[in-house]
Amino acid sequence: MKAIYSLILVVALILIAMIGAGAMGMGALFGVIIPYVAVLVFIVGFVVRVVQWGKTPVPFRIPTTCGQARKSLPMFKDKWNRLDNPGTKLGVVGRMFFEVFLFRSLFRNTKVELHQGPHIAYSSSKWLWIFALIFHYTFLVIFLRHMRFFTEPVPEIFVTMDHMDSMFQILSPALYLSSVLILVALGYLLLRRLLVPTVRYISQPADYFPLFLIIGIVISGMLMRYIGAFKTDLMPVKELAMGLVQFSPTVPEGIGTTFFVHLFLVSVLLIYFPFSKLMHLGGVFLSPTRNLPNDSREKHHENPWNYPVKFHSYQSYEDENRAVMVESGLPVEKPLEEKAEEASGDETPDENAEKKE
Amino acid sequence: MYDANKIIPGLIIFALFMTFPFWYNLGAEAYSTPELELPEDYERCIESTEFMRAEHMNMLDEWRDLYVREGYQEYWSELKQESYPMSLTKTCMYCHSDKEEFCDRCHNATAVDPYCWDCHIEP
Repeated sequence: MKAIYSLILVVALILIAMIGAGAMGMGALFGVIIPYVAVLVFIVGFVVRVVQWGKTPVPFRIPTTCGQARKSLPMFKDKWNRLDNPGTKLGVVGRMFFEVFLFRSLFRNTKVELHQGPHIAYSSSKWLWIFALIFHYTFLVIFLRHMRFFTEPVPEIFVTMDHMDSMFQILSPALYLSSVLILVALGYLLLRRLLVPTVRYISQPADYFPLFLIIGIVISGMLMRYIGAFKTDLMPVKELAMGLVQFSPTVPEGIGTTFFVHLFLVSVLLIYFPFSKLMHLGGVFLSPTRNLPNDSREKHHENPWNYPVKFHSYQSYEDENRAVMVESGLPVEKPLEEKAEEASGDETPDENAEKKE
Repeated sequence: MYDANKIIPGLIIFALFMTFPFWYNLGAEAYSTPELELPEDYERCIESTEFMRAEHMNMLDEWRDLYVREGYQEYWSELKQESYPMSLTKTCMYCHSDKEEFCDRCHNATAVDPYCWDCHIEP
């Protein structure tokens, strides 16, 4: 149901673009205004969200420790795990590198199975890791490849990237390997949510919606390149794209509706991004469980949000209440002797003073 | 903000990366769609302009397969009611004789590098 709800939402977005840009001819809205708003919301929203995270105090070292710490026990002296329980900055940099570029924590994914009655077995499960890796890298390649529409002359690196992506020269225009791979990866990520009962149970519309949205973007893009009826003339598309980035927007004639659907879905993705789980793009760098060294035993870490902390020691507590405590027979560390003499002659003012406090 | 010395440079890198096309084109001339040099002697190509725009690469791909692998020689044009040799050099380049003034204009603008010229030479 949650999946269907998300699917309907994406279909509705496609229809909005088809009716708005196609039937009603609002090219300026869908081709210029919405994309500008989307880029602005994306960048400003992203920065605001990260700054909010930056303002949040992290009072303790809370790295997830997946190995022996540096100074736990003498017997582990040479066996401490530099990557999975980093005690130094260098170790953290290494851990973050593998996390950001190779998704190491997904690589460590395990699955639990029951075998022959009550025997629990844990085994490694790399499928999510491999398909997530494929998805993210092909998405990056596709994003960078699109720079050919936003630059003139097109820098050599994007041309080379295009070459490598279409190196098998299948079909004409040549099939991009990234097109195929991203569809396979997205297919896995979606089917995993739909078919694995445990994952399905915890999947929300916020999980399905970005998946369907990205699938919609990929398919609309592929239709424009490969399928006859949907093909879009790239020359006016480039003119529109260059107009946008040179701040002299135009909506040239002859751009197909499929393009506006594609652009509208991308705009929606950009607007949705800062408010959603997609913010893991920035969040991966700000994860305290990944980016803090596990050095609580070597360094004193102060609570950053209200240091120095106001405390009330037992000594001062007893000093304030000694008279009352002795009176009601509670044991005290310091006897009342000296104070009792002072207090016995002048009992009432003392009581008054306490009340004032 | 905590760790501003790391977060702010990170955000600046993010913003620079995401606004790349905006600053890369700064100072460049306003982009305009390149003009193609069309042959003067002929009104029409062997198929309609729309078809040629969308499908010329497919047509050449099919011609290559039909000519080289299947042994067909002629392409029948419904539009012109005439048959043409399935040949990039003899048919296409007979009218569009200058690769630089025709093919390359759009291909360069969209960073398309067709592999026609891996085998064929420009006439």
